[in-house]
Amino acid sequence: MTINPATVDPIRRDSSSRRIGHFVRRHEEGVWRVGGRTASLLPVAALLFVVIVLAVKAWPAVKVNGFGFLTSTSWLPGNTYGGVEHVHGVMIPAGARYGAWPLIAGTLQTSAIALIIALPISIGTAFALTERLPKWIAQPVGFFVEILAGIPSVLIGLWGVLVLGPFLAHDVYPIVANHVPNVPVLRYFAGSVGYGEGLLTSGLVLGLMIVPIIASTTRDLFLQVPPLPKEGAEALGMTDAEVARRVTIPWVRSGIIGATVLGLGRALGETIAVAMVSGSVLGAIAPNVYGTMTTIAATIVSQLDSAATDGTGFAIATLAEAGLLLAIISIAVNLLARFIVRRSSRMSAPVGRA
Amino acid sequence: MSVVTVGYPKTGWRRAKAISFRLFTWGSLLFVVGPALWLIIGVVARALPNWRWNVLTTLSQGTSGGLENAIVGTAVLMLGVLAIAGTVGVLTGIHLSEFAISRTGRASGGTMRVAIDVLSGFPSIVLGYVGYIALCVGLHWGFSLLPALLILSMMVVPYIAKSTESALRQVPTSYREGADALGMSTGYALRKVVVKSALPGIVTGLLIALSIAGGETAPLLYTAGVTNNLPTWSILHHPIAYLTYYVWTDWNQPTAEAHIVSFDASLILIVMVLVLLVVARVIVARTQRHAEGAR
Repeated sequence: MTINPATVDPIRRDSSSRRIGHFVRRHEEGVWRVGGRTASLLPVAALLFVVIVLAVKAWPAVKVNGFGFLTSTSWLPGNTYGGVEHVHGVMIPAGARYGAWPLIAGTLQTSAIALIIALPISIGTAFALTERLPKWIAQPVGFFVEILAGIPSVLIGLWGVLVLGPFLAHDVYPIVANHVPNVPVLRYFAGSVGYGEGLLTSGLVLGLMIVPIIASTTRDLFLQVPPLPKEGAEALGMTDAEVARRVTIPWVRSGIIGATVLGLGRALGETIAVAMVSGSVLGAIAPNVYGTMTTIAATIVSQLDSAATDGTGFAIATLAEAGLLLAIISIAVNLLARFIVRRSSRMSAPVGRA
Repeated sequence: MSVVTVGYPKTGWRRAKAISFRLFTWGSLLFVVGPALWLIIGVVARALPNWRWNVLTTLSQGTSGGLENAIVGTAVLMLGVLAIAGTVGVLTGIHLSEFAISRTGRASGGTMRVAIDVLSGFPSIVLGYVGYIALCVGLHWGFSLLPALLILSMMVVPYIAKSTESALRQVPTSYREGADALGMSTGYALRKVVVKSALPGIVTGLLIALSIAGGETAPLLYTAGVTNNLPTWSILHHPIAYLTYYVWTDWNQPTAEAHIVSFDASLILIVMVLVLLVVARVIVARTQRHAEGAR
């Protein structure tokens, strides 16, 4: 039997492609290292780029609007077709006065409502998924909750404005508004209920959007709680409510807080859904919880078109200042979440933006 | 909870608290699953009665016509994001998991991790604004594919990087040690053993990132523009259509035809996102089963 050496000993076949393969294999670790390092510097560069562009674009607006930007409630684009004023060396349309207090208030109000609703519901859902439902049904239901995080926000907005808002304004809000007592806080639930576009509807829609983030993280955290302490507490005669309050929740408290703050970050920056259900009213704070309003993000998306028609560019600069404000709030919230989470166990990321 | 089943205590107050806690957990689940089902069924129920298959093959005429341009545009955007954000995100994840480790064995790369965390929670409209002002206007690129891709990639790179990193960290140490013992070079072992066994996790992250990219509206409104034509091969100066635009603009147009377009786009979006997420989930479930079998 003759043996063809070329098929038995492939190392002898010294083709050029083999030589390239040899080179790559020899330097493969270096290729991975250089590629990885270069790629991982890009997000840092992108973030710096974004913040610098915002700061540069916002600078004229910061100079003109001053500190009053944070407290004033007027949103007047000025006379776009006529006169021009010079303020602090910046050219602005005559009569342009911008104040972001209604936007800031709207952003904080909607996010607060979203958190007040989402946190208890998420914790309750996590308990139902980990301790109530049998495993074969808890898994698909848990997956369904995760899917909710992946539904595009424009669809949630569409549903909010066409289905949820009218339903609430027609069937729920009037009942609440006619029965609340005239005492502080609850007073804001009285009065005209509008058509379903407004503060409370926005808060509810935002709450629905951040529940999956908080709930799926909380569920994963609950699953990490070892069974022995819980069983010990049960053996001492605690009810499951007491076990939850005294063992399970304290065990993962900082993780829940971290997930909540991440959800808060999402609620603060959410744009499209809020722009669709808030009513998008500029320069006014909602008189009651049903009132129409706007947020920083919703204002940027709805005003950028008309701001581009301002020949002096001042409206664009003001939107940059609003964006910078939102970016600072968002960065602060994220760093806070990071600080809290780092002191707790590692979290698994939920589906969707988190 | 566990094997032990707890009966309600006899005393009134603790009994009331225990019962209300159970009601609260069931109620919470209802308040999450109920609206979610209501949302999906509500959108699908409004879209189906007027669904025509020819929206898939007809070009849009603004508030009427089909959605072929938007479907192809969204597909192009997703493929572009897969190419740009996929490359950057996976390499970043590999760097964070494999190389960003200090000599003491603790995780380093702090700045990158902070940047990725901050970027992942960054308001999407602010990214869109920066894309508009710096890329479309500042660099005279106009509404076009490239600025849209760059902004979308900025949004999803953190997600891909995080999921890649956690997938790589779940690769058992014994795999790496085994590769080492066989005399593989670090780079070869990384490609053939570590990345390969983490591939399902990486692909899952990519699919979820794709579903995010396909469903975004705010960052695209002022970077991609919109057009009634199919995407061209030029990545600059030519606007590109996408599905979420038609949901966002057509729902409150006066004509019934526009509403139909809006709901058709919604239906396609929901199906697309659900398919991507379910495929991602199936991959996770399959690999978990194999991992358990291998043990």
